[in-house]
Amino acid sequence: MTWDIKFDFETKFKEGEIGKMMHEAIFAGFGGQGVLLIGQLLSYAAMKEGKNVTWMPSYGPEIRGGTANCSVVISDEEIASPIVDNPNLVISMNLPSLEKFVPRMRKGGTLIINTSLVDKDLKKYPEGADVFKIAATDKATELGNKMAANMVALGALIGRNEIINLKTLKDSLKDVLKGKGEAIIKLDKKALQLGYDLAKEKA
Amino acid sequence: MEEIKKDKEIKTLEDVVTHYCPGCGHGIVHRLVADAIDRLEIREKTIGIAPIGCSVLIYNYLNVDFQEVPHGRAPAAATGIKRAQPDKVVFTYQGDGDLASIGTAEIVHAANRGENITVIFINNAVYGMTGGQMAPTTLLKQKTTTSPYGRNANIAGFPLRVCELLSSLDGVAYLERVSVSSPKNVMKAKRAIRHAFEVQLAKKGFSLVEVLSQCPMNWRMGSIDSVRWVDEVMSKTFPLKKFKDVEIS
Amino acid sequence: MGKKLLFKGNEAIAEAAIRAGCRYYFGYPITPQNEIPEYMSRRMPEIGGVFIQAESEIAAINMVFGAGGSGVRVMTTTSSPGISLMQEGISYLAGVEIPCVIVNVMRGGPGLGGILPAQSDYFQATKGGGHGDYYCIVLGPSTLQELVEVVFLAFDLADNYRNPVIILADGVIGQMMEPIEFPPEVDISKLPPKKWATTGAKGRKKIILKSLFLDPEKLENHNLHLQKKYKRMQEKEIRWEEINTKDCDLLLVAYGTAARVSKKAVAVAKERGISLGIFRPLTLYPFPYNQLKKAVENGRAKGILVVEMSLGQMIEDVKLSVEGIVPVGFYGRTGGVMLVVDEIIGKAENILKEVM
Repeated sequence: MTWDIKFDFETKFKEGEIGKMMHEAIFAGFGGQGVLLIGQLLSYAAMKEGKNVTWMPSYGPEIRGGTANCSVVISDEEIASPIVDNPNLVISMNLPSLEKFVPRMRKGGTLIINTSLVDKDLKKYPEGADVFKIAATDKATELGNKMAANMVALGALIGRNEIINLKTLKDSLKDVLKGKGEAIIKLDKKALQLGYDLAKEKA
Repeated sequence: MEEIKKDKEIKTLEDVVTHYCPGCGHGIVHRLVADAIDRLEIREKTIGIAPIGCSVLIYNYLNVDFQEVPHGRAPAAATGIKRAQPDKVVFTYQGDGDLASIGTAEIVHAANRGENITVIFINNAVYGMTGGQMAPTTLLKQKTTTSPYGRNANIAGFPLRVCELLSSLDGVAYLERVSVSSPKNVMKAKRAIRHAFEVQLAKKGFSLVEVLSQCPMNWRMGSIDSVRWVDEVMSKTFPLKKFKDVEIS
Repeated sequence: MGKKLLFKGNEAIAEAAIRAGCRYYFGYPITPQNEIPEYMSRRMPEIGGVFIQAESEIAAINMVFGAGGSGVRVMTTTSSPGISLMQEGISYLAGVEIPCVIVNVMRGGPGLGGILPAQSDYFQATKGGGHGDYYCIVLGPSTLQELVEVVFLAFDLADNYRNPVIILADGVIGQMMEPIEFPPEVDISKLPPKKWATTGAKGRKKIILKSLFLDPEKLENHNLHLQKKYKRMQEKEIRWEEINTKDCDLLLVAYGTAARVSKKAVAVAKERGISLGIFRPLTLYPFPYNQLKKAVENGRAKGILVVEMSLGQMIEDVKLSVEGIVPVGFYGRTGGVMLVVDEIIGKAENILKEVM
C-alpha cells in the first residue's frame, strides 16, 4: 500500500555547503523503542572521534508509549544550533515518525525505515534519498530481544552512510549503558553488526 | 525552685526600651527565650529567625545573630541555616498568622523532616501588627476586625490547633502548649522553652513550644481581663499540656 | 580544563555547581529541570553536601536564604512557574544582600503553560521580578560549555556583589547533550570569608540580616546603597559576543538558544548572499546597552532583527540601546515551538527590503 504526504521542497533543501559539512539526524519512533538511546550512542561515538556533536531529545509525559524523537548534529566545525529543521539522516521506527520527518529531509539524505512496524510505502521520497528498509524489530527478535531493534536500525544507518566508525559505536555502548550489564551490551553489539551487515549486503 | 534572674543579669537580653503594647505577652516570652539561652550558655552559637508580625523586631531585644525572612517561611530558612551549620543552635519565633496561616506548609514539613530546630510559637488568637484581624487560631464567636460578628465556623472554619496537628508527625521530638497568664504558668513556660533547646542540643529532632499569649490591645481588654481570658476561655479551646517528649539521655 | 565529557545540560549545571564549591542544594521537582535535583540527590551525599527536596519552591528559596545567610555557596533550580513562586524570596535575598545562584530552565507560559523550551521569563528575571527596587545579575548562556563556565562565574559574582545571580537557561539547554570540559574545581577553603554571615555572635557583635527599615530615610539610604552596587555591576560585569557586526547588512540580536539558531541562520544566509551579523548578550542584567549601540554605530547594518523564543521581551532593551538609529524588527516563536532558520532569514530579507 502506498500513500501521499505533502512535500515542501521550495523553501528547504537549500543548505548547500553547510549541509555537506554537517550531519543532522533525527531518530524517531514510539516511546520505549530506544530512539533517544541510539542518538546518545551516536553522539558519544562522535565525541570519541573528536567531532563536535549535540543531542536534543523530545521530552515530556509522552516519553513512554507516545512518540519520541531526538536530533543529533555532528560536525567538524563548531555547531551553531542543536535544533534540526531539515535532517539528512532519519531513522523511522514507526509510521507516525515517517509521516512527520520524511517531508522535512534534505536532498540526498539517508533514510532507514523499520518495516516491522511500517507496512506502507510512500509514493515519493526526498530527491536523491537513499532509502533502506529493514525489518529491525523482527531481526532483533531473531537475535533474542526485540528491544535491540534500535541498534539494528542504527547499524543499518552506519552501513549505508559511514559517518562514524562501527567499532567506535560498539566501544561507546559501555559508556552509554552504564550499569546495564554485559549481556545487554553483547546483544546490542550483535544487533549493530547485523544491521550494518544487512545494509552493506544490499549496497 | 530556681532563682529568678533580674533582666539586667540576663546577658542575652538587650538593655532597651520595649515597643510592645502594655500587657502584651511577647516581652515575657522574649525574656524566657533569653533566659534559656543564657542558662544553656549557647548565646555565641545561636541564630534566631524573626517572623513577620509584631515580633519582627525581636532582634532588637536578644543579643544573638538573627535572620529576618519572609512571612511564614521561618522554618524553611531555619532548615537552610541548620543544614549549613549543624553545630549551631537555631530557633524560630513565630506568631499565629506567620506559623499557622501563611506558613502552614513550612511548619508541617520542617516538623515532619524532624529538623533539629526549636520553634517558639506565640498564639494570641489575633493578627496583632496589622490591627487585630482574625487569625487561624481565633476562637469561635471571637470578634476581630475581620470577624466583626464573631468567628462563624460556617464562614471561617475552626480555630487551628497546631500542637494537636503536629503531634502525629514522627519527626517531632518535643511539643508542649503553655501560657504566660500567671507567675505559675510563666515558670512552666520557662521550663518548657529551656527544655525545647535542650532537645535540640541533644540532637533529638524538632521541638516546638506553643505559648498562649495575651494581646489586650487587639482583644479590646484590660491587662488583667486579658490574662483571665487566656485562663478561662482560650485554654478551653487550646488546652495546656505536653503533647510529646522524647527522652534525653 | 579537564577531558571532554558528554553531559546533559541539567546534569552539567549540577556538576558544575558542585565543582564551583556549592555543597547546599534545595529544590522542588518541575519539568524540564528534574535532572538537576535528581543528580544532586545522588551526588551531594557522596561529597558531604546537603540535598533537600523542599515542600515547595517557596520553601526551597527560603532554605536558600537560610543557608546563604550562613555564608555557604548555595543553589536552587526550577522552571518558570516555580520561579514565579520564588519571587518573594528573591526580593528578600536581594534586599538582605544574600548571595546565591538561582537557575531558571525556562518553559512556556503564562500560567501552567507547557513544558517545552521558551524564553518568556526575560522581563521577570531582568527587571527585578518581585517587589521593590532591585536587580539580580542575569546570565543567559548559549552552549553547554558556556553554561558550565557561567555556573562558576555565577557563584563568584554572587559572592563578590552579595547578590542573587540568575542563570536564565531554557528547556533546550537543560535537555540537550553536548561535550563539555569543566573548569578546575574551586577549593572552598580558599574562598574569602564572609564576615557578614550569621554564624553565632562569638567574639563579635551580633549580626542581623534583615530588609526591614521602618524609618523612610534609612530605607531610602539602603536603596541608594543597592543602586550603587548595581551601577558597579553595570560598569564591570557586562559580557557579550559579536560576530560579523561590522560588515553585515542586518544585525541579529539574540541570547541563549535563540542565539544558537540565529548563528546557523547567519551561516545559511551567507550562502544565499545575505550578510548577517550577531550581537549576543551574555549578561542580560546588566544589559550591554552601550556596547550594542556602538556595534550598530561602528558597523554598516541597516537594521536589527531581534530573535527570541517569546513574543518580544528583550526587544525592549534592544530598542533602548539603539535609540532609533536603525529600525528594529522581531521574530519569535513561543510556547515551545522551535525557531526556524528559514523563517529568521525570511524576516531578515523583509526588513532589508524595507530599508534598502
